Order: sequence, then C-alpha cells, then structure tokens
Amino acid sequence: MAAVAEFDSVGLRYGTGAEVLRDLDFRLRTGSFYFLTGPSGAGKTSLLKLLYLAQRPTRGRIKIFGEELTEAPREELPPFRRRIGVVFQDFRLIRHLSAFDNVALPLRVAGASEEEVEGPVREMLAWVGLADRASARPPTLSGGEQQRVAIARAVINRPELLVADEPTGNVDADMANRLMGLFTAMNRLGTTVVVATHDVGLISATPGAQLIRLENGTLVDPTGTLRNPPGAPRGQS
Amino acid sequence: MFDWLFVSPPERRLLGAARFGGPTPWVIAIMSFSIMLIAATGLALASTASLMSNAIESRYTLQVPGGGSNLDALVQAVRSTPGVTGVQAVSESDMRQTLERWLGPAAESADLPVPALIDFDAAPSTNLPALQQRAATIVPGALVVAHRDSVGPLLHSLRLLQWVAFGLVILLSIAASAAVVLAARGALDTHRFTIEVMHGIGATDLQVTHLFQRKILLDALVGSLAGAAAAAVVLLLLASGAALAGELTGGATLGLIDLAILALLPLALTVLATWVARTAVLRSLHKAL
Repeated sequence: MAAVAEFDSVGLRYGTGAEVLRDLDFRLRTGSFYFLTGPSGAGKTSLLKLLYLAQRPTRGRIKIFGEELTEAPREELPPFRRRIGVVFQDFRLIRHLSAFDNVALPLRVAGASEEEVEGPVREMLAWVGLADRASARPPTLSGGEQQRVAIARAVINRPELLVADEPTGNVDADMANRLMGLFTAMNRLGTTVVVATHDVGLISATPGAQLIRLENGTLVDPTGTLRNPPGAPRGQS
Repeated sequence: MFDWLFVSPPERRLLGAARFGGPTPWVIAIMSFSIMLIAATGLALASTASLMSNAIESRYTLQVPGGGSNLDALVQAVRSTPGVTGVQAVSESDMRQTLERWLGPAAESADLPVPALIDFDAAPSTNLPALQQRAATIVPGALVVAHRDSVGPLLHSLRLLQWVAFGLVILLSIAASAAVVLAARGALDTHRFTIEVMHGIGATDLQVTHLFQRKILLDALVGSLAGAAAAAVVLLLLASGAALAGELTGGATLGLIDLAILALLPLALTVLATWVARTAVLRSLHKAL
C-alpha cells in the first residue's frame, strides 16, 4: 500500500543541542489511523512538526505523499501543506479573527470563493457545536471551544493527512468522543490520521488504529514495526 | 494588472490593525514634503541657470577705457562686423548715472575711471579676434569681453546647487525607503504569529506579501499625497514673491515639464515605498521554512 509519509534514518536537532529525534525509520500507510504516544519530552511534537513540514530533519530523508521533501525548496512546500490538516496543542488560532474566519482560512488560502466558503464553514462549526459562536473571537471562547475551532480548521478542506497534537486535551469526554468519531469518519473516507495523545482511553476506543511509541527521541520498537493496539490500555505497550 | 490592490474583506481582516494608525504615513508625508520643496528648488535653479545661460551665451561687451572719446567710431566698427546684432552703446555719462545709485555724488568724480561700454550679440561665426584688433586700433586698450566668462562662476554655482538638490532628493528617497523597510519589518514582527499560521496551512510567500504590500502602498500613498499637498501650499505661498524672484533670476519660473515632474514625485515615492516593502517582506519570509 502507498505511504503518506516515509522516514528514513531521520534525525532532528535544534541548533547545536543534542538530537531530539534519532534514527527514525517508518512508513505511514495511506488511509491508516495512528496514535503517537510516549512520555513528555520524548519528541512527539517534533515528530509531528516533521510530518506537517514545519521543520526539516537535520539528517535522513523524508518523503511526504511520495515526494522527497527533505531538501525541497521552500517554494515547493505550500501545495503539500494544503493537503495536511494540523490540530495544534496550543490551538494556534488567530486572535483577531472570528471563529468563522479562522475555520475558513485554509479554504481561502486554497483560493476558494466566498460562496464556496460560507456553507462548509457554517456546517463545520455546527458540527463542532459552535454554530452560534461563529462571530466570536478566540479570546472570548473557552479552551474547549477554541480546540473545537482548531479541529474544524484542520479538517475543513478534507486533508489527506490529519495530524493532531493532543486534540482532546481541553474537551469533555462527550466532545472527545464526537471528535474522535469525526477523525474516524475522515479516516474511513481515506484520510490518514496521526494523533499524538496521552489518553489511553482514546487509543483503546479506536479499533484498528496503530501505535507509534517514542522514547528519548527514538521509536521504542527497534524493528520499526508499528503495532495494532490490543484491546486493553496501550500506553504501556 | 491591479488585482493585488483589491483584497477581499476577509484578507483585510487578517492583519487586523488600523490602516493609518502607525507612523509610516507620517514619516512618508514628511519625506514627501521635503522632497517636493527640494525638487522644486532644484528645478527652479535649473530653469534659472538655463535662462541665464541662453541669455548670455552670445552676448559680449566691448569695454572702452577712458570714457570712450571715439565711441561712435567704435559703435560703427562693431555694427559693420559680420554676425553682430543688437548693438547697444552705454556712454560714460550713462555709466556714471547708473553708478550714482550706489556711489552717490562720488560717481561723478573725475578720479573714478569709468569705461564706456558697447553691448552686442555675436553669432558663432563672428570673427571676434578681428573685431578686438580693430577696436584696439581705434581706442587702445578697448577689450571684448564674453558675458559667459564673467557670469560663468555664478552659473557654475547654480548648476552645482541644482545637483545638490537632486542629490538631496535621492538621499531623502533612500531615507524614506529605509523607514518603509523598518515599518515592514515591524509589521512582520507584529503579525509573525498570523504569518506562521498562514504558512502552516499552505499560504505562499506571495499570498502573505500581498497583504502587507497593499497596506504599505495605502500608507505610502496617503503619506506622500499629504506631504505633496502641504508642499504645494508652501510653494503657492512662495509664488507670491515670484515677481521679485523673477526679476533677480531673469524671469525663471517652473515650466509645465517641471510641474509634471513635481506631480509625479509623490507617485514615484509611493511606487518606491511599495516595491521596497515588498522586497523587504519577501526577504524576511525567506528566512522561515
């Protein structure tokens, strides 16, 4: 099966510090669902940055959507970024824009007309339960509401790869289930999903998902084989 | 062609801040005001120099020492020289009358040697050495003097001042550009987060630059037009003294071409500011991934 992402002996260091990621070798298969786990400081967020092209590796090679992008000129990256949806741990919503404008941003950047933006954005906001907060700005929203806006923004243009960093950290269990339901539904429609989380319950509630476990910047399984999570809590696997 | 000037309301909201709230329009207005005044001065100097140069290019004076007892014979000799026109004799008594304005009764003193003068225009083909020789035969010591030789240093100074004005316009334009670069960098810093988010979801550098260059173009346009308007008022006020200035400079004024150049300056400053801002923004964006 084709791979959405291929990492080959990838390492990453910031400045002159020690490597935060080392010798990463794995492939993310198109249409699969992955959980990325590991203790704090293991390198999960750094790995996600490599996936959504916010960072270049300091060694090794990375292919995204079958294209070698390790040293690709920066001008070539935007089309690939538009195929990736990202849910940031700190939401990264633009404070002076309304929830509607934040969610609409990926569509507008991709060149959609206002007619093409209006319907999908209203629908997405309704789906995450924020139909009546469309004109609210992020500082006036609760943490959970901001997270839902961030998720709506990440999925609004039906990305081929969805990367989420602790996407359910600020929402209640009911909303977490709904959001995971959205991710699963998108996965069924062909989107490859990578979710970094500490939430063991979330992992166990997603049958068929695979587990990537990082410790000290390396994959725990030295063979690089990604495992299906067992039925019990997987955080310890 | 001008699509980039017309961004949609959602794009406009991305930068959020008030349009003319920053110092950029003020800085550009001051620069525009100074540039306009200096450019107007430079153009007026150029016009004056040109008028003076044209007026004296073919003008000569035959200086006749000792009052010119043979003035009529000299005038006749000058008039009969091929290529000479516009002969005008100024007798010793006329000279003393003129000098009396400055010297008072002393101008009538016999101790003051006053020459008679014969002014004339000479075509380039005129044989001036022959005329000089004939004049010296009639009145020893008579001397043909070219006006361009006597007024040359003044003309040189005027042209130098004109180039100084031109240099100042260039320097002020560079200073305005530097201010725009600082403003563009400031705007980038202010909106760094927005830019990162936009890049993250696939916006190109040109899409980001589009937002900034339009904002800076509007700031520059408003600033430079306001500065130019203020300069125009000052120039109009100065024009009330133009009669005196005209007398001193031989009637030099700003011509249509000069006025067209002045009118284009604010637009040129706006284009320069926008281009500089666009380049600065693109260069800054290139430093990020």
